[in-house]
Amino acid sequence: MTELSTPTIGVLALQGDVREHLKALTDAGAQARPVRRPEELAEVDGLVIPGGESTTMSKLAVVFGMLEPLRAFVRDAKPVYGTCAGMIMVADKLLDAREDQETLGGIDMIVRRNAFGRQNESFEAAIEVAGIPGGPVEGVFIRAPWVESVGAAVEVLATYGGHAVAVRQGNVLATSFHPELTGDHRVHALFVEMVRASAE
Amino acid sequence: MSSTPTTPQNPETGTARVKRGMAEQLKGGVIMDVVTPEEAKIAEDAGAVAVMALERVPADIRKDGGVARMSDPDMIDGIIDAVSIPVMAKSRIGHFVEAQVLQSLGVDYIDESEVLTPADEVNHSDKWAFTTPFVCGATNLGEALRRIAEGAAMIRSKGEAGTGNVVEAVRHLRQIKGEIAKLRGCDNNELYAAAKELRAPFELVKEVAELGKLPVVLFSAGGVATPADAALMRQLGAEGVFVGSGIFKSGDPAKRAAAIVKATTFYDDPKVIADVSRNLGEAMVGINCDTLPEAERYANRGW
Repeated sequence: MTELSTPTIGVLALQGDVREHLKALTDAGAQARPVRRPEELAEVDGLVIPGGESTTMSKLAVVFGMLEPLRAFVRDAKPVYGTCAGMIMVADKLLDAREDQETLGGIDMIVRRNAFGRQNESFEAAIEVAGIPGGPVEGVFIRAPWVESVGAAVEVLATYGGHAVAVRQGNVLATSFHPELTGDHRVHALFVEMVRASAE
Repeated sequence: MSSTPTTPQNPETGTARVKRGMAEQLKGGVIMDVVTPEEAKIAEDAGAVAVMALERVPADIRKDGGVARMSDPDMIDGIIDAVSIPVMAKSRIGHFVEAQVLQSLGVDYIDESEVLTPADEVNHSDKWAFTTPFVCGATNLGEALRRIAEGAAMIRSKGEAGTGNVVEAVRHLRQIKGEIAKLRGCDNNELYAAAKELRAPFELVKEVAELGKLPVVLFSAGGVATPADAALMRQLGAEGVFVGSGIFKSGDPAKRAAAIVKATTFYDDPKVIADVSRNLGEAMVGINCDTLPEAERYANRGW
């Protein structure tokens, strides 16, 4: 058996559940660190965009000069994984968003913000994800978005209620739900694998 | 698409995980008190992670006196319609019917708040009975754990709301963090005594001792008026900040709101805090907490 490499993966730390992602990535075999500045982004092999408030994240990315470096990171085909607000950030197009909301793009899809409803409709459900063996993952959906439509190059990994909730295009992965809030780190392990493969 | 696994619909709403998880998504952010849809939009534009819809900000509640109650549902509806970020609203302590109304309006979080006049001087609301999650204020660890035992999914310091003076929030946060640090060194024998002393359930006390933190998100609230205040609270261990009167009682609310958001993210970078603190105009005037009569101290409400 060959020794597995330990990739360095950043978590965008402008706002959101950063600590949970750092822990999940560490448990999944990566070296994880928060990223708030362009020079910190330059030092990581892959990036997680956490859950949080996507309008806040997008504004802070613009104000602190992170938007262009982040877009370049995606363009350079470095691996990126977005959960919930992070899924919104990697969408090429949005529905039900403020007109001035900037995204990084990366996945040819249209994402509807807060599509599953307000907090009273937030829910947990078991989700089968293609490429993740060992049974369904625990899906925690919080004011969650869904994927309204995808382009031909996008792989839909999971659906719920007829809507795509986990997708991948090339090196960009996105889920509507929050694996970082559960003890099950199989989705993070899949992402760590993507980062390893891309670094080789 | 045929190869994509399909999942049967079996959603479970109102679980502790989705309630507490909602607060996790607010971390590193600023939640702002607003009294109109226009203010809510200013807050959203400035980068607030959520707004707290209320009829009067605490500074005005202090000034006007009288009984402070839940806001008019029309006003809350107006704010929910105006913004896409989460909307919170306040119920009186122990007034579970106000909380039922807020839940029916679809607010995203209910603040069972000492800023309003308490409706029950013995019992807080049973927060497990709701789908909507609750945030509650605390001045110390025992109080925080009693609220969590009642179902609170998020804790904030009480501070002394409406004063523009951060001294009480600092006291409460230091108290909570200090008591958590003390638990870290306790063995099981000592934890039983600690639970008795804290007047909190043993299981929660043990969980805090193991985690080294509360099992829910901890924010600061009460008296934050400047970007440096917000950064101070974060450096003291708050995971995010509520700002009440400090924004809309200041000279230039939009600018101050955006500055506080930036300082909350870069709380450990004095250069950023200096930059965003320039030319903000008048801060709210503020009140010295020492001169507040006992009856006007909101932090003493709740137990």
